[in-house]
Amino acid sequence: MNASAQKPDRTRVRFLQGNEVCAEAALYAGMRYFAGYPITPSTEIAERLAERLPQVGGSFMQMEDEIGSICAVIGASLAGTKSMTATSGPGFSLMQEAIGYAVMAEIPCVIVDVQRGGPSTGLPTHASQGDVMQVRYGTHGDHSIVCLTASNHQDLFGIVVDAFNFSEIFRTPAVVLIDEVVGHMREAVDVPAPGELDLTERLLTDVPRDVDYHPYAPREDDRLPMSNFGGVHRYNVTGLVHDMWGFPSEKPTIVNDLIHHLYLKLENRKRMLTRWREWSLDDAEIVLISYGSSARSARHIMENRRSVGVPIGMIELQTLWPFPSELIRARCRNAEYVVVVEMNMGQIVHEVKRAVDRPERVFLSNRVDGEMITPTDIKHLIRVIQGKGV
Amino acid sequence: MAATDFLRKRFMPHIWCPGCGHGIIMRALLTAIEKLDIEKNDIVMASGIGCSARMLGYIDVHTMHTLHGRALAFATGVKMARPDLTVVVPMGDGDALAIGGNHFIHAARRNIDMTAIVMNNSTYGMTGGQYSPTTGCGEYGTTAPYGTVVQPFDTVELATAAGASFIARTTTYHAREMARILADAIRHPGFSVVEVLTQCPTYYGRKNEKGDAVEMMERFRDCAVPVGPLDDNGRATAADVEAADASVETIPIGVFRKEVRAEYCDAYRRQVIEPAVAAASAAADAAGGDR
Ligand SMILES: Cc1ncc(C[n+]2csc(CCOP(=O)(O)OP(=O)(O)O)c2C)c(N)n1
Ligand code: SF4
Repeated sequence: MNASAQKPDRTRVRFLQGNEVCAEAALYAGMRYFAGYPITPSTEIAERLAERLPQVGGSFMQMEDEIGSICAVIGASLAGTKSMTATSGPGFSLMQEAIGYAVMAEIPCVIVDVQRGGPSTGLPTHASQGDVMQVRYGTHGDHSIVCLTASNHQDLFGIVVDAFNFSEIFRTPAVVLIDEVVGHMREAVDVPAPGELDLTERLLTDVPRDVDYHPYAPREDDRLPMSNFGGVHRYNVTGLVHDMWGFPSEKPTIVNDLIHHLYLKLENRKRMLTRWREWSLDDAEIVLISYGSSARSARHIMENRRSVGVPIGMIELQTLWPFPSELIRARCRNAEYVVVVEMNMGQIVHEVKRAVDRPERVFLSNRVDGEMITPTDIKHLIRVIQGKGV
Repeated sequence: MAATDFLRKRFMPHIWCPGCGHGIIMRALLTAIEKLDIEKNDIVMASGIGCSARMLGYIDVHTMHTLHGRALAFATGVKMARPDLTVVVPMGDGDALAIGGNHFIHAARRNIDMTAIVMNNSTYGMTGGQYSPTTGCGEYGTTAPYGTVVQPFDTVELATAAGASFIARTTTYHAREMARILADAIRHPGFSVVEVLTQCPTYYGRKNEKGDAVEMMERFRDCAVPVGPLDDNGRATAADVEAADASVETIPIGVFRKEVRAEYCDAYRRQVIEPAVAAASAAADAAGGDR
């Protein structure tokens, strides 16, 4: 019998930092252009890619700032190269206008935000999950966006690949939102072999040369077959509201259709977009909901309490946006209490409250002092909710 | 092919005011690309936001109308993905030198092969005539009702200091020469800056009592002083650039610099990608031997 069928192939296991996992997974997904500007705690992504990208024939570029970085990434993607940038809060703030451009012009790209404490320069080297709402609403105007996260490096590898796939399928920016703990922690990763994870390549138009191509006429499934710049179709790309040729328009019906399309192409596809893990929910009276490094502590306390007979279960969200409200509602239906564990003043907790039948049963277990939330922190809150005192 | 074959007539009429100089620049640009005989499919134009930036919509190449000030950064990504494409970036003076100033100097420093056309009308046309980084000291704009108190940028000097390898200035009066310069700039393998002084009769002209479009262009004609031939290093000689009489307004025009220097995409490929790929494949071969 082949031993490797049971155990991971040891030759593939590597001890990597979360930021390095982002870089390696992006290469695995076929990313061949990275533009960025150094910022803690994301810099290792740029450093690794500066070395690795040219080895596979790709290009790394250090731009003059984060605005230039995201713009160059969008330009490279439009010309047919899977592209990515990585940053932290201050840089992510600078990128917002261009993220909206990628939303509006429907250009695939991946942005990794390794969160630090904020606001402003905040706590560059400490744990925080304060950017969740910025990912969703950071750029102006109505839109939807894809945001994925992970709590461990094995999942992170797949999540980064998913982010590239989703960004290509839906022609949208996809944000990989990790936190300082995940970014800097080292952990063993069983690196998938080529072909092991599915890669979605860009859907290209089959409209032949010299036949009128409508770059912005969505198909029934809301997808837009693309023609890369430099290809046989010449068209206009703009951040203005535009018609099916990509030409600016202010016609109310065109505006209305476009805004609905940009919003619904993602919000209507949560089943496909939602990634999550769950444990022991069947009889759970207490449900923990968490994500990113907080989910590590949540899972620890969940298993610990289970072992002493407490009916507790847990959901770890990997897709944060579009928010999987139907999933949360269904899984929390029988819960007496729902505890959202996150390192901010309460961001996902509001989405959970909006999703569940009984929002008054939803509580926040948080920490915002730059230290990682501990299992004990969560245990204390559970005891308070249960009326047992701290 | 005629220059007008590059027009997307479907999207006409254009948005520009009567007398605006931007259309003259578009015409010269089309003449230049027609002369260069580049396939439409091999040309990408990127622009930011402004009256000037709207030029792209009317041109039948790959066109990317992006964000105010950011066109050069978008264009940089396009060029890195497809170094074989010809990239042209028409920009307003506000677009290029105010909000986009950082991208402008860094694109110049990299000497990445693209052509930046700075359509300098000394004002923010699209937003209604506010003063710009090229509005002269003491001149007026809607946000400078008492006149500005700052010196304008000199685009040629700025591009020179930043490291652009082809630098020229011309005006809408000199349309034929503009087409020749633009063709030269596009052909040049490096970062090219062509500043075109153009008229915004609607705002800058009116606010500063410069007369109508024709009078504004006549001023370009009367003030223009051609720079002499380039020296062996591809630089205009200083004597030509200096105005003879400081009391007379002069606009030095022509090609100020044309030097061949390492181009970014090319240098990155030769110094970084090729050795890295070679080393990686040698390492893979060595590892393969053990298995
Ligand atoms: C981030 C941002 N800030 C401000 C604006 C508003 N805006 C649009 S065009 C423009 C200035 C245009 O002036 P210029 O670049 O000189 O071009 P012109 O219209 O004169 O051709 C400004 C300030 C914007 N679109 N985006
Ligand atoms: S406002 Fe000025 S720059 Fe804009 S189109 Fe009119 S004349 Fe041209």
